[in-house]
Amino acid sequence: MSLLELRGVRKRFGTHDVLQGVDLSVAKDEVVALLGASGSGKSTLLRAINLVERVDDGQILLAGEDITDPRIKADAVRSRIGVVFQQFNLFPHLSVIDNVTLAAVKVHGWSREEARAKASGLLSGIGLGDKVGQYPDRLSGGQQQRVAIVRAILTEPELLLLDEITSALDPMLVGEVLDLVRSLKDTGSTILMATHEMGFARSVADRVVFMYQGRILEEGTPEQIFDNPRETQTQEFLARVTHR
Amino acid sequence: MSVSPVTRSVLALAAAAAMTVTMAGCSSSADKATSAPASATASAAPGPDLVTVTPGKLTIATGEPAYEPWVVNDDPSTGEGFEAAVAYAVAEQLGYSTDNVVWVRSTFDSAIAPGPKDWDINLQQFSITDERKGAVDFSSPYYTTTQAIVTVSGSLAATATSIDELKNLKLGAPTGTTSYTVAAALLGEKNLQVFNTVEDTVLALTSGQIDGLITDLPTAFYLTAAELENGVIVGQFADNEGGDNYGLVLQKGSTLTQPVTAAVDALRGNGTLATIEQKWLSDAVSVPVLK
Amino acid sequence: MSGRVAEATWEPSALERNRRVFRARASRRSVAVAFISTIVLAAVVSFSVVNSPGWDAVKDTFFNVDVGAKAFPRILEGLWLNLRVLFFSAIGVALLGSLLAIMRSLRGPVFFPIRALATGYTDLFRGMPLIIVLYLVGYGIPALGLFPRLPAAVWGTIAITVTYAAYVGEVIRAGMEAVHPSQRIAARSLGLSHGQTLRLVVIPQGIRKVIPALMNDFVSMQKDVGLISVLGAVDAVRGAQISVAQTFNFTPYVVAALLFVLLALPMIRLTDYLSARLARREQNSGTV
Repeated sequence: MSLLELRGVRKRFGTHDVLQGVDLSVAKDEVVALLGASGSGKSTLLRAINLVERVDDGQILLAGEDITDPRIKADAVRSRIGVVFQQFNLFPHLSVIDNVTLAAVKVHGWSREEARAKASGLLSGIGLGDKVGQYPDRLSGGQQQRVAIVRAILTEPELLLLDEITSALDPMLVGEVLDLVRSLKDTGSTILMATHEMGFARSVADRVVFMYQGRILEEGTPEQIFDNPRETQTQEFLARVTHR
Repeated sequence: MSVSPVTRSVLALAAAAAMTVTMAGCSSSADKATSAPASATASAAPGPDLVTVTPGKLTIATGEPAYEPWVVNDDPSTGEGFEAAVAYAVAEQLGYSTDNVVWVRSTFDSAIAPGPKDWDINLQQFSITDERKGAVDFSSPYYTTTQAIVTVSGSLAATATSIDELKNLKLGAPTGTTSYTVAAALLGEKNLQVFNTVEDTVLALTSGQIDGLITDLPTAFYLTAAELENGVIVGQFADNEGGDNYGLVLQKGSTLTQPVTAAVDALRGNGTLATIEQKWLSDAVSVPVLK
Repeated sequence: MSGRVAEATWEPSALERNRRVFRARASRRSVAVAFISTIVLAAVVSFSVVNSPGWDAVKDTFFNVDVGAKAFPRILEGLWLNLRVLFFSAIGVALLGSLLAIMRSLRGPVFFPIRALATGYTDLFRGMPLIIVLYLVGYGIPALGLFPRLPAAVWGTIAITVTYAAYVGEVIRAGMEAVHPSQRIAARSLGLSHGQTLRLVVIPQGIRKVIPALMNDFVSMQKDVGLISVLGAVDAVRGAQISVAQTFNFTPYVVAALLFVLLALPMIRLTDYLSARLARREQNSGTV
């Protein structure tokens, strides 16, 4: 059974069909890279999985459970999914440690001490131990994004969604973020990531999915997609992105 | 019996003509009286050598209608009511018997406007002010207003009989008034609420925010008669310092001003005014003087 | 040789020293000009005022120390009442204003009645002059006979709370709406409920954004507290007015005004300090 399964997911904004029947499955501990031009529907897809957007048709199953059922409590589902955003979206009025532990304490019912202990441990592990009391405005972009990742994974969610998390970063800072994601994969995480980092996708992803105009056009292993793209649109996209 | 339209008009015209002639006759006789000073007073009038509008008679004016307690039943000729009583006392002092007092009515404003008058003296609770003195003459005061406590029946203040009883109640007074000054002096400032206007103070009373209000006695009469439902004047204070002075109004430059003033002074000196005040502004209206 | 990457000691070059000297000199010059021109202006103004024909009369009428000193105790006692009303009003306004802001920002058709109620409330009380609300609340409600007698100051507090909550609620709502939607999305994505998101993420940030506006409303409320005198309560304003009526001298008003300013000063300074600190933290402004 796959951890995440999308069946015929559709989403329309006004007259524009952003998702036109998406079928996708992600297995446990699998890392799937989502590629596509802007407007192809990647972000909308991730938001739909996180129940931030309501699908207009189709189903999304998380561990076999249909989370698009209106009777499902959306807040509970969202607490099982970790999300990291392109713009970090840390809470500027909270310190780093409070940012990271907020959901653990308020949603998952951890005690403050428990949450802080684990959070400090994780932050120290990535070299941010001395920043725990600081406010986000004092951190560089890369540091903020890594804090955001720790915030997303503190409560060990079943699924991790990464929405172009390095696109807003200075090239020098991208590396440290990608290293962190790699280490997550090594410790066993189910990750669905929209990304423009082709090299990273190739080295970390188990599977690559190419989206075009709201549909999954092609999917396969990194080698298949990057070296032998079948569809013309895939080829054009790769050519543009890697400046070949 | 039906009267034809023509007949009716003729009768109406005739009546109108008769009225006009009569009125002209009246006024011309008045003119005749004022234009012949010495001869008028020479007729057999019992009064002193005073020039009055109607020779031998003292013409006194008051308001229409005249309210209590100033005049009882709107009929000043009975002498009942504070101002009616004062008027007859002054007339007697001047040497006019009751039969020689003639009552007329005038509006408040016309009385204190400049110009000739068709009465000798006028009294309608006129306060003596410098501004009015420019237009008319005043006698010396025949009354100085006191402050009174007004409430509604059923209120805690309604049954109070002494100043001490009032000290524990929440009372109100309008700001910057003699009412406030007197209340603060006699009752203390602790429980005294101060309002912008008399209207606000009345509003506070009817809303139940205060047990009673302090205002001058004439206003108290007005409030209990006209504005308040179940209004009650609990009592008045003896101290009339700072109160309004009421004076008799005379035409500016009138020859009567000096004798009338002397009369009022005499009545004040011999206690007549005080007796009249006690009778008509305290006993007759159940407004005891609180101690 | 990797070049001068890690110099332990760096002394400013002659060029930089010249720049600093120039800036310092220019700065001293402008301070001196400002100082001298202020003094000259102050001297001219005071000279013309003190030598104006009516100065002695004005001084005696508005700045009479004896009258002021005699009126001071009564005014101070009244000011204590103003302070108590201000304190409780502020709490009430904060609570009711936040409630209104939240009610108006609820989404979805099912909450339409709540939104409509809040909108109607803010429309009504932002439109009505405070003095009319004071009359309606302070005289009208007691007249209904539903409540035992309450002091005029209590009704005054209620009137002020009810009116200012409408303004403050709108300010808070504006602050909430100024919080970027991505903050809300991030919070919901973490599993926080709508209520938790509001309470922990949106409102804290929203209020920070509108602190200057809120402080402004607070200072304004501080002055409007003086209006409770209309209901009969003897506060600082009424106390001053009683003295004025007794002495026919306006100095007590000046005394009361000074006391009100003194009362407001700490709040004004605090506002400036807080706003500056927030701006520094969130905006990183440079030299412009």
